[in-house]
Amino acid sequence: MDFGFTPEQEMIRGQAAEFFRRECPTAVVRGLMEGERAHSEQMWRKMAELGWMGLVFPEEFGGAGLSMVELSIVLEEMGRVLAPGTYFSTVVLGGLLLQSAASAEQKRRWLTPICEGELKATLALYEEHECPGPEGIRVRAENIDGGFAISGKKFFVPDAEVADLIICAAKTNSAEDRVTLFAVDRKLDGVNITPLRTMDQTRSLYEVSFESVRVDESCVIGSEGGAWPVIGRALDLAAVGLSAQMVGGARSVLEMCVEFLKTREQFGRKIGSFQSLQHRSADMLLLTESAKSAVYAASCAASDDAPDLPVLASIAKAYSSEAYVWIAGEGIQLHGGMGFTWEHDVHLYYKRACADASTLGDATHHRRRLAGLIGLG
Amino acid sequence: MDLKYTPEEERFRNEVREWLQANLPAERPEVSESENMDEWMAFLRNWQRKLSDAGWAGIAWPKEYGGRGAGVNEQLIFTEEMARAKAPNLMNVSIGIELVGPALMHHGAEAQRRRYLPKILSAEEVWCQGFSEPGAGSDLASLQTRAVIDGDRFIVTGQKVWTSWAEYSDHCILLVRTDASAPRHKGISCLLVDMRSPGITVRPTRQITGETEFSEVFFDGVAVPRENLVGEINGGWGVAMTVLMHERGTSAIGYQIRLRSELDELMELAKRIEKNGRPASADPLIQQKLAQSFIEVEILKYNIYRSATQIARNGSPGPESSIIKLFWSEMDRRQKEVAMELMGLRSQLVRGSKGAVDHGRWQRAFLWSRAGTIYAGSSEIQRNIIAERVLGLPRG
Repeated sequence: MDFGFTPEQEMIRGQAAEFFRRECPTAVVRGLMEGERAHSEQMWRKMAELGWMGLVFPEEFGGAGLSMVELSIVLEEMGRVLAPGTYFSTVVLGGLLLQSAASAEQKRRWLTPICEGELKATLALYEEHECPGPEGIRVRAENIDGGFAISGKKFFVPDAEVADLIICAAKTNSAEDRVTLFAVDRKLDGVNITPLRTMDQTRSLYEVSFESVRVDESCVIGSEGGAWPVIGRALDLAAVGLSAQMVGGARSVLEMCVEFLKTREQFGRKIGSFQSLQHRSADMLLLTESAKSAVYAASCAASDDAPDLPVLASIAKAYSSEAYVWIAGEGIQLHGGMGFTWEHDVHLYYKRACADASTLGDATHHRRRLAGLIGLG
Repeated sequence: MDLKYTPEEERFRNEVREWLQANLPAERPEVSESENMDEWMAFLRNWQRKLSDAGWAGIAWPKEYGGRGAGVNEQLIFTEEMARAKAPNLMNVSIGIELVGPALMHHGAEAQRRRYLPKILSAEEVWCQGFSEPGAGSDLASLQTRAVIDGDRFIVTGQKVWTSWAEYSDHCILLVRTDASAPRHKGISCLLVDMRSPGITVRPTRQITGETEFSEVFFDGVAVPRENLVGEINGGWGVAMTVLMHERGTSAIGYQIRLRSELDELMELAKRIEKNGRPASADPLIQQKLAQSFIEVEILKYNIYRSATQIARNGSPGPESSIIKLFWSEMDRRQKEVAMELMGLRSQLVRGSKGAVDHGRWQRAFLWSRAGTIYAGSSEIQRNIIAERVLGLPRG
């Protein structure tokens, strides 16, 4: 057992940290927030050139064949700077789902272009009523002459306007109680995309409605009606990835606070010498480090394909969600009046923390799930 | 980064497991509160002798001092297997093995190491720790117990408090003031004191659990040979820091395993206890709290694993070990509060009462959980250390 990073992993972290510091300072983040899609094509290209789109995907499909541990490292560094963009949607939500669900031919069709930076994807899963299980899927796909016509509405679809491919979870006539995944070209007739206004402007969310959108059989990812277990695993991986981003954000807020506490003076002394603030900073570090441990353990479980991935994913998501929201909230408080201004960055982290905490299952959801997994209830 | 154990580590685990299966005494004395402590101590000494003869005491200690010379991971595995088998812990492990050991290995003279270390492992000699005083708790450097040089010996006068196992100890690792005129941290020395020396009086202190695990120790002109000085004269603060850092480090894996098995038992209890006409385990709020405790106990494990890897790579635990101490002691309290909530009205009933749940064990654990956030550096002291030494905030 060696629960520390290898020199190669440290190198990836160093490269990612350097890249985001250079390419994604706050000015860039704020610029993208003001734009319509919170996405920078230029940054996307550069990330693709570094090989990050294919980081975790097998070499036979154009990836680098690395593991969830390396992906979590890159995601953590992205979370540190609140990097906007479709990386999470394309690689974590779309790519990892294709990787587990799609046939080899489909992987060549969609995963390889993702690895090459030629295709962006997203996942249309959630609907109007929040429900984490397959029973929440009400979008229908009617079997029509050798293909399907998809109808219904999806909410909280990230980056839908930028994604070339929308992976939509629906139920077909022939497999009514079970879920099928469809690969839908965004430009098809009947796909209507409406932006939602979000508190966290570093991410774009959309309502996507499907009005008899016609797709052929080759667009069924994996088998008809067989998607749910695969979606479950993909959501676990996504929860780990999102938790890694939260860890990165929590680290940034803590760094920001420590810097401020060391320089700001009141009552004739540095405010970092006040014990009430020292103790809260210590708790912030405890939560950050503990969230790291949870995320790294879950990333290892994912890369080992270990049976306790669901447990570790829920631990990571539940803990990181509450840790990040608390830390970012303390971040505002520790900065006093400055922390409540639009000009200061700490509110960007607070908003991202709240958004992330509610996405892919909040802490309460994951604790409920854990209770089941460990034999309660 | 790899959470899997290597084949060698798995082999080591099997070896430990098999040995424990074959050698763990099937019968052990019932121990509860302060009753039959002598019998329990005798049992522990025999058990440790057995472990030590088989080479299981001091896994990570060097061979020349009776240890096994293995690594941190083997130490973790051994502790895990001991806890899993519900084997009684090594006697005095928290003081002799984890405090005196590192103190002598880092600061002691070679003769002291050879004289004392092997007998710690074999349980021939039991140790206690004389640090805190009535006027020196969190502010340890204000300690007043004096040692005056008199020829080839020190004469020690003063009082120590909260000294665990003092009644059963052969030696004490003692902090004393040897230079009253020097700045506080620079006038302290560390001595090894024979607890049978004339002039030592031990007076047990009754704790909130009713037990008398710790004592006050009075020193009245106690003579200590000069060769029992650890490190330099007036260099005792450095020894104390080494000791305290180890007190907060990976040894916490033992607590982690205890907390996990207590959680498993609490989940079973939740299924047995009925609330509002259904098992408490079916109550969504109870589920949330037990799941949160599960989250915390598992994260504690991974925090310790990360720290163990740091030790394996860099040789010693850093001030980050304060995070682990803070984490487990605070979560222990939260977990036992859930236990009390589960029992509801019955949480009032203690051992020996009609209707007491599980013979009152949870009330005892609940009360004990209040000690963890105080001893070995209170939660407040840990936060000071984290803020100043890890985050680098200006001193208050």
